[in-house]
This record gives sequence, C-alpha cells and structure tokens, in this order.
Amino acid sequence: MSDNKHTAGSPEPREDGGTGRVVGTPSPAKGESLLAKDGEGAKPPAGPATELDEKSAKNAERVVAAFFVLAFAASVGFIAYYIGWSGRNGGMHGVVRARESNLWLGGTLALAMLAMAFGVTIWVRRLMTSKPIIQERHEMASPADTRAAFEADFLEGAEDSGITKRPLLRRTLLLAAAPLGLAPLVLLRDLGPLPEKRLRSTFWGEAVKKAKAEGKQGVRLVVDGTNAPLKVSDFNSPGGMITVLPEGIEEAPEAANEIAKAVTILINVPAEQFKPVKGRENWHVNGVVAYSKICTHVGCPAALYEQTTHHILCPCHQSTFDATDGAKVVFGPAHRPLPQLPLGVEDGYLIATDDFPEPIGPSFWERG
Amino acid sequence: MSDASAPKAVSGPLNFLDERLGSTNFFQRNVKKVFPDHWSFMLGEIALYSFIILLLTGTFLTLWFHPSMEEVVYNGSYTKLKGVQMSDAYSSALHISFDVRGGLLMRQIHHWAAVLFMASILAHMLRVFFTGAYRKPRELNWLIGINMFILGMLEGLFGYSLPDDLLSGTGLRITQGVTESIPLVGTYIYMFLFGGEFPTGDNGDLIPRLYSLHILLIPGVILGLVTAHMMIMWHQKHTAMPSKNQSNEQVYGYPFYPVFMAKTGAYFLFTFGVVALLGAFAQINPIWLFGPYDPGAISSGSQPDWYMGVLEGALRLMPGQGTEWVIAGHTISMNVLIPALVPLGIVFGGAMAWPFIEQWITGDKRRHDINDRPRNAPVRTSIGIAAVTFYGLLWLAGANDVLADKFHVSLFGTTWFFRFAIFIGPVIAYIITKRICLGLQRKDAAIAGHGVEAGIIVMAPDGGFSEKHEPAREEELIKILSKENARPEAPATDANGIPAPSQKGPMGHLRSRLQRAMTFDDIPVEEHGEEHGHDDDHAVGSGSGPKQLGH
Amino acid sequence: MIRPTSNDDKTRTGISVKRITAWRRRPWAGYAVVLAALAAIAGLYAGFSPKTDRAEAAGTADAQADLANGRQLFNQNCASCHGLNAEGTKDAKGKPIAPSLLGVGAASVDFQVSTGRMPAMNPGAQMPRKKPIPLFDTELKTDYKEPEKREAAEKQKAAAEKNIRDLSGYIAQLGGGPSIPTSDQVDPTKGDVALGGKLFRTNCAQCHNFTGQGGALTGGKYAPPLAPKDVTPTQMYEAMLTGPQAMPVFNDTTLTPQDKQAIIAYLVQSRDEPNPGGNGLGRIGPVSEGLAGWLIGVGLMVLAAMWITAKKPKKLKKS
Repeated sequence: MSDNKHTAGSPEPREDGGTGRVVGTPSPAKGESLLAKDGEGAKPPAGPATELDEKSAKNAERVVAAFFVLAFAASVGFIAYYIGWSGRNGGMHGVVRARESNLWLGGTLALAMLAMAFGVTIWVRRLMTSKPIIQERHEMASPADTRAAFEADFLEGAEDSGITKRPLLRRTLLLAAAPLGLAPLVLLRDLGPLPEKRLRSTFWGEAVKKAKAEGKQGVRLVVDGTNAPLKVSDFNSPGGMITVLPEGIEEAPEAANEIAKAVTILINVPAEQFKPVKGRENWHVNGVVAYSKICTHVGCPAALYEQTTHHILCPCHQSTFDATDGAKVVFGPAHRPLPQLPLGVEDGYLIATDDFPEPIGPSFWERG
Repeated sequence: MSDASAPKAVSGPLNFLDERLGSTNFFQRNVKKVFPDHWSFMLGEIALYSFIILLLTGTFLTLWFHPSMEEVVYNGSYTKLKGVQMSDAYSSALHISFDVRGGLLMRQIHHWAAVLFMASILAHMLRVFFTGAYRKPRELNWLIGINMFILGMLEGLFGYSLPDDLLSGTGLRITQGVTESIPLVGTYIYMFLFGGEFPTGDNGDLIPRLYSLHILLIPGVILGLVTAHMMIMWHQKHTAMPSKNQSNEQVYGYPFYPVFMAKTGAYFLFTFGVVALLGAFAQINPIWLFGPYDPGAISSGSQPDWYMGVLEGALRLMPGQGTEWVIAGHTISMNVLIPALVPLGIVFGGAMAWPFIEQWITGDKRRHDINDRPRNAPVRTSIGIAAVTFYGLLWLAGANDVLADKFHVSLFGTTWFFRFAIFIGPVIAYIITKRICLGLQRKDAAIAGHGVEAGIIVMAPDGGFSEKHEPAREEELIKILSKENARPEAPATDANGIPAPSQKGPMGHLRSRLQRAMTFDDIPVEEHGEEHGHDDDHAVGSGSGPKQLGH
Repeated sequence: MIRPTSNDDKTRTGISVKRITAWRRRPWAGYAVVLAALAAIAGLYAGFSPKTDRAEAAGTADAQADLANGRQLFNQNCASCHGLNAEGTKDAKGKPIAPSLLGVGAASVDFQVSTGRMPAMNPGAQMPRKKPIPLFDTELKTDYKEPEKREAAEKQKAAAEKNIRDLSGYIAQLGGGPSIPTSDQVDPTKGDVALGGKLFRTNCAQCHNFTGQGGALTGGKYAPPLAPKDVTPTQMYEAMLTGPQAMPVFNDTTLTPQDKQAIIAYLVQSRDEPNPGGNGLGRIGPVSEGLAGWLIGVGLMVLAAMWITAKKPKKLKKS
C-alpha cells in the first residue's frame, strides 16, 4: 500500500491537458497488494484537493442552499397540508377531495424530493473537491496454495468424520433425509380439492335437473345484472344480445364460482342467416341462440358481438367465433367453438333444457 | 490519516462498534472505494431505489388493505359504487384510495414504482448485455439479475391482482386458463393454486395466498437477491467503460465517500421525486373505474402491466387452428402452451445461457473488467438487438387492439402483421445491426489509422488540394483502441495432424463453425504509428510517449 | 484540445463537420438527444394518429321550417341511397348499398342524423360520427356575444331540431319502430348508477371500454368513444335501442328503460367525474401507463443520471 496506487493530482476526466496523469500501466504495487489483499481502500490523495474558485463556489453554495430551503418549504407544506387541510370535515370523502389531496401531498412530496436531489447534485458537482482516484482491481481467484490447502482440509475433514469410509452411516443418513424432504410437499396437499368432475359441468345442469324434478322442462334464463327472466317475446329484436344466467344461481353456494362457469350470451341471430349445427336443430328458438361466454382459449368472457358480421370476439386475445354457425372459430388463438346451450320455450319464457354438452372454458388435460 | 481528529460525535459510535466488531477495518477499506462514472451505470440503481420505495409504500398499504374475498356491500365515499356487492379486498382498496389521507398517493407511487422497477431492470440488463459486462467474473450477477426480473413479473402479477377489480380478475382468469393447459397436472395446479374453482375457491383463499406471496415470500427472495447482487458487485468492483486509466488491473473514478455517496443519494431522491411526480400527476390503475370483479364482465383494452405484455402478445398471435391435440383422450393445448412458454423461454433462457455459450464458442475464459463497445462485438450486439426486436414486437402485439383502435387499422390485419413480423423482424434487425457495427468499426479503424479529418484543406505545391488529417484526441483514441481484434482461430490440427481437443467430434465442429461465424466479420482497428504518415508535420505521438498538449 | 500549430488556422475551411462534432461534445448534447427522442416519439404519435374526419358538408341552411314535413328532407338527403320509398337499395350484384328504413323507427333516424352519421359521405362498414350537416346540426354554437349572431344561430338550431323531428316523424310513419325517448327517460340524474355500472361492464364495456373510451372491432371498425361530451344521453339511449351498425340491439324488454337510464347515469357520471389521481392518461388502462412509465419515468431518470455523471463544470476550478 503506497501512494503510487492512486495518483496525486489525477486530472479531471474532461481535462486532458495540463496536469500530470497516469498512463494506464499496472501499478508497481501489484505484488505487494497480494499481501494486503483487503487493502482496497486507497488513502486520500496526498496532494491538495482541487481548489475551487471561491467566488463561483460561494455562488454554488447559495444555489444549493436555495434548493435545500425549497425542499424544506415543500416538506413543511406537505405536513401543513396534511394537518391543516386534508382533515377538514372529517378527512377525505370521495373523488374531489381525493384529487385535491393527491395533488397537494404528491406535489409537495415530489417537490421536496426533487429540490433536495437538485441541491445534492449541484453540491457534488460544484463544491466537492474530491478528485478521481485509482484503485487496483484484484484477481477474484484465490491463490493456488490457498485452494490446495482448503482441498486438503476438506478431504481431511471428510476422512476424519468417517463419512467416506463408513458406507452404512452414509446410506442410512441419505435414507433418513429423503422422506423428510418430501414432507413439506405432503403438507401442501390441502391447498385445494382434486379437480374430479368439477370442470365438466355447470350450474345450468344442476338447475335443469332441479327444474325437471319439479315437473318443468328446464330452467329459465335471467338477465345478468337485473335477474329478470326473459320471455321469447322480450328478446325479439334481431341483432339483440344479452348476458344471461340460470335462474336461482345467485342463491347457490359459491355463487361467484358458479357464475364464472355458467355465464352465457344470448344472441338473436336473424333466423334466415342462422345455420344450426347438425344434431342441434332444435337448440335455438327462431335464431335465438345461447353460447357459453367463457372463451375456449384461456377463459376471458367472449362478449364482443358484432351485429353486422355475427362474429363473437373475445376482447382479451381476439379469438373470433361465428354466431350463425355454432360459434365456430373464424380467427384467433382459440381452437374449439364456444359450447352451445340447448334452448327451449316454456310458458313463453326462454329456458335451457340441458347443461352445455361439453366442458366450458379453456382446454385441460383430462378434457378429452 | 488526516491530522485533524474526528469529532466525538463521530468517533464515539465508531469506537463503540470497532471495539465490538472490528468494523473500522471494513470502513477503512471501503471509505474510498472507487466507482467509475457513466450515466448508464445508474440504471440499476433506479431498480434498487424503486424497490426501496416499493417496500416503504407497500408497508403503508398493508395497514389498511384487507386480503379477503368476503363479500361485502360497499358503503364508502365513492358514490358510484355505493350499495354494490364486492369483495372485502376491493372495498378496502377503495377505502385506501378515497378515505385514507395520502392513501391514493401511496397506491399510485407504489404502482408507478413497480412500473419503473421493471423498466429499469430491463434497461439495466440491456446495458449489461450490450457492453459485455456479464462476462467473467460477473456471470453470477447476470443470472441473479435475470431471476430478479422473472420474480418481478410474478410479484407484479400478484400485486395488481390483489385489489380484485375487473382488470385484475381478468388477469387471474387468464392465469387460470394458462395453468389449466399444462399437460397432466394442469387442473391439479389450478385447483391447488386457487383453492378450488375460479375465482374464490372453496374458502376464498386465493387473495390471501396471493397476498402472502406478494408481501412476504417474493419480496423476501428479491431482497435476498438484491443483497447478493450488491455484495458481489461491491466485491468484484464495477466494470468501467474503456477510457484512460481504466483497465483490468485498475479502476479509476470518484471515491465512494463523499462523492459517490452523495451522487447515489441524490439519485435516490431523484427516483423518489420522479415516482412522486408521477403519483401526483398521472393516474395509474384507477380500480374504481374498472369496477369490482365480475366473472361475466370484460372490457375492451384489457391489458396487463407492461412487463406481462410479451405473454399477452404471444397469446394473441398464436393461431388456434390445428394447435390443440387430443391424444388418447387427453387434450394438449399447444395454442396456449407455446405462447406461454416459448417466447419468454427463448428470451430469458437465451439470456441466462448466453455468457456460457459465448465463452464456449470463443474460448475466452479471461477476466473482463473493461466493457466492450457494442460495435466491437457485432454478433453479440446483433443478437441482442434481434432479441429486443422479438420482445418489442410481441410487446406491441399485446396492445394490438389499442393500436388498431387508435390508428383505425384492421384488428386482424395487425395480428397477421405481427405473426410474420416476429419471425422476419429479428432477422432484419440482426443484419442491419451487424452492418452498422461493422461500419462503425471501419470508421474507428480509419480514425485510428489515419486520424480525424481536420477540416483543413492543404494545397500541395503542385496545386492539388487535400484534407489534412490530425490524430484523434487521446481520449478518443483510447476508446477506439479498446477494441480487441478478432484472434485467428487456433489451428485445427497441430503439427502432427492431430486435431486440437476443442475441434473434436460434432460439438467441436459446431464450436469452430460458430467461432468462425462470430469472428468472420471484423475490421481490425490498429494504430498505424507515425511511419504510416499522417500527412502533417506536427504528428502528435499517438503511442505511449508524452504528448504535446496545448491549450 | 490537441491541435495543430497555429499556422494552419487561416486555411481552415469546411467547419461544418467540426461544428457537429463540437456540438456533440457540448455538455448539454446528451440531454438534448434524449429530449429530442422523446419529442420525436410524441410527434410520431401525433402524426400517425388519425384525425377525426371533419366532413365539411356543403348543405345549405335555408331549408324552410315550413313543415313540408320530413318527406322533402328525405328526398333531398336520404332517398339517393335509401330509395324513394325508403325501401333500401342494392348494387348490381345484389349487395345492399343502403338498408331499408321501414320499421327502423324515429329513434334510429334521430340517432343517425343527430350524430352526423347520416347523411353518410361514403357508405362503409363504419359510419364515423361527424359534425352534422347544417340542416341537422343541433349542436350548433349559440353563445355568441353579438345578439344578432346569437339570434341567427339559435334560429338555425331550432330549425335543425325541427328538421330532425320532421324527418324522423316521416320515417316512423312509414313503418313504425322505436320512438325517440323522452328527456325524462334519459335524465342521467334519475338513474341507478350502481346498477348501471354492473350492466355497462357486463354488456357494453367489451367494446366501449370500462369508461367508454371506445375500442377496436374487426376489419378496421371500432366502437366509438362515449366519453366525449357531445354524445348526448338521448343518443346513448337510441343506440342501445336500435343497435346502429355493428352494435347489438338492447330492446326495451331486455334492458328496460330503467336499466338504460341506469347505464346512461353511469356513463355520464363517469365522464363528468374528475380523475382523482391526476391526469387520466386517456383512461384506457395499462398500455398508456406503461408508455408513460417508460417515456416519462425512465426518460426523466436517464436525464438525471446524465446530469449526475456528467463531467464537472471546468470553470469552477482555479486555473
């Protein structure tokens, strides 16, 4: 460790003239530094620090001080606003006061931080007299003899412990550790139920079954949001669309989970353009057709219906289905059509006569 | 030591610690630690300081946030949602926004800091990549950094899912769909993650789980990695840009105390100031406008935060036709699996493997403390730009509906454009970048060889005009000459015709082919010295001799 | 600077290269580059962002309010496409040019004409909202200082309102259909906002976005933004009722007038609500937030980094 590790009077980087400088050759102190391996800290430059032009330094000091005072004022403003104004009439209530509060608190906070940042930056740049210094970089690798010594120690330890020459000990230790490592995995079993058949049916099936037990043909469709049952005559405008749920789903246990699977869109496709899928000729009511709203891609609600093209588009990834043609995929990342819900009429009301014929939503391994 | 002794207020605690920990030794070693200056070296600091801000504001938010999916009827001060059924989580997030003073500000600062955190990690990673700062001995820090970015993605996803608004629920719905598509175990993972079925599970466990991951587990891991990252950086010393006084043996710059400390302190204040500025004047994640989560509802323009945009774009571009297979009664959804795994796999897997691939190809196992100029590693730079293009195009594709809407172009047209562009774009980017790099190398070679054009026209005795060249400034020259010219490959066979070990076998062949590809295009940048004649009489020695310097 | 000796100075020419080089070395050059890049991005966006077509329709404002009912207006403005009897027209291949107006109802006419969509400049899948031709311009500015100017504008506005009334009345009488809602039906203050929000998010937001900022549809079509103030509650009601262009129909038996009023209340209150968090960034969600984070957040931080690490100003030192 000597002074030649760093150079007295190193130039400012910008100034390539004048003062003495160091040619980038390895410092003669290199060999020495191996001994003082941790001698990373260079001593302060021996020479006098950069001298400032006192007049401009005084100026700079005033500028910095002004910024610090501004920061002080801003943080005082922050506290003053909080105590004095934000709490009036019992604190914040609603959008307008939240806006006011956000602007004042945020504005003063930002001003305080930035003014201090400006002050410190100017301080560093114009008042600090430290000069750039040079420090050695060290080889990361330890010297060969250290490595060799460690290896020897390590092997000796292994030898001493007996683990190398007592296989029974070693193997039973491994045997003991293995199941212990698995224990946490076992512990996590109750994170959730097994999938079983949960993904294969929706509340429609359950509700239809219940309705049939009561001697009815199916479950009524109710408008999502108002829960009003829909008559055929209610939904008679060609080009109409609405989101529907099975009647009674709001009262179901875990209603949110059931809604997330059962949500369905009802579309009134002009009867002359409707092409029923083979085997599903009576699943629609004069072109009124119902498809699962859950996209078969990754499950966003496929809800964007264009009356002119009869396309149903999922706003998340733009899978596009043709409502006139069994919700067949016409574009985008989905592979399968949206499942169709068999519809019927009972007492003038639109009903579902059965569950979706296939699992709704994204594909999964067991789906088949 | 300086002759003035420290005041008691300083020496007291120092002595206290030193007598118990011997800490003065550590302080003395590090008080003047040198930090090289370059603006791009600060990018990583943005991430560090954003993380600190995230911890501070996040702690504030936990004081009021209820991680609960219990159904409640909102009765707070946001009138438009009065009487609406919603989860307790959403209701408490509204409470923080409209009834806790400063709550909205903290929420916004938290979210802006998260956006800035991820953005600055990416920017920092790009700087490290393009300057080759990941090379030996810094590969470990490179790997830690990439893992922090990946953890940050998860942390962000879980974080913006917590308020249980419509947008976050949509994100979770997509998470569910992607999870389900995993072969064999997909539905099990889905059930175990959500504690039952989407969205609330059997007991409303999802949000509490995301909460503990978001506020404890992941930030804890990130904190650990940040610490490791900083300690390794501190120990290995920072890389430096090629310039005077910088070499593999030494580092040149301002001392930690007081200069760097003040600079980095100022930068923390800048970071906090900028996110506070954004938090005060730019609204982010207005959950009250999104509404509570409702499985039947969706909005156009449902996008994730920017760092998940790549996944979103990949999901949008993948064609669905013919990409879902049913094999022996089991469904495999390639239309979900490929976009979910492949693009990010290529980008992150590639980034993690790159330092080792490069070492293997070039056989360069030396230590590098001086950064490369991007032009001097044309293949690396071009691969990097190609990856940026790939990532960027997927990112834009994740916003294709917004693009289609704002620029009134066909939605499917944008999809088709991106479907081709993600394959063609990176190739074009690679070719163009490499040409630019080589062009810049040629320019450097000219400057090193013949000097810079002085703008001085000299008339020769025979009446001809020529422009005078003067040698480049020393600083410039050091920078230019930092280029390491491609080394010729080791001969494939030694004198006895026995193949070199590295050339053997198919891997050896591949390696030498790749090495040729990597070093084939290279413009040697060399100093020609005086004898090659700059045609001026006042040649300033560009060698190591003292220079004639003037003002 | 390393310089050649001074005797070369007088022959110095061609300073431009040198000047650029010198500029690049100025301390502020880096900041300038960052700022210029940011400005360029903003400029690019402004340049590429399509302007709303402000079709300057060359209609004459002298249509007399002589109750020559809508027929004359229809013949003048609509019949060329929709046919003299409003039966619609088809091109040579049998592809419809303009739909039949029989049965569309007064609500549809009022919506199409008052939003300026009809008379259309050129038929297409998307009829953009534009300033109505003066004949039907009910949004006319009337707040002039000069009384005579104001009076003229008010008169013209009244005439336009009457024109639309006459025209829709004429069409309604041809084939019936939904009628224009009363001002009481569309009064946003009377709707149930909470219900409206739920219905809007379930049935409308998929195209029009959470806050009615609009969104993309297929084939270059788009769902128009509902947030601008010139979208009146009546027009919202009529749009739901009649399903213009690609929009589905929500008739009064599916979404009752009360439901529609709730949706209108939600939309109007949403757009009138200030953004508590500062600038709303277009209220379109994370895309604009990410952009702001990168451009403003990272941009400002890079500027700060450049300042902090810039070479110290030379003049400060004693020399």
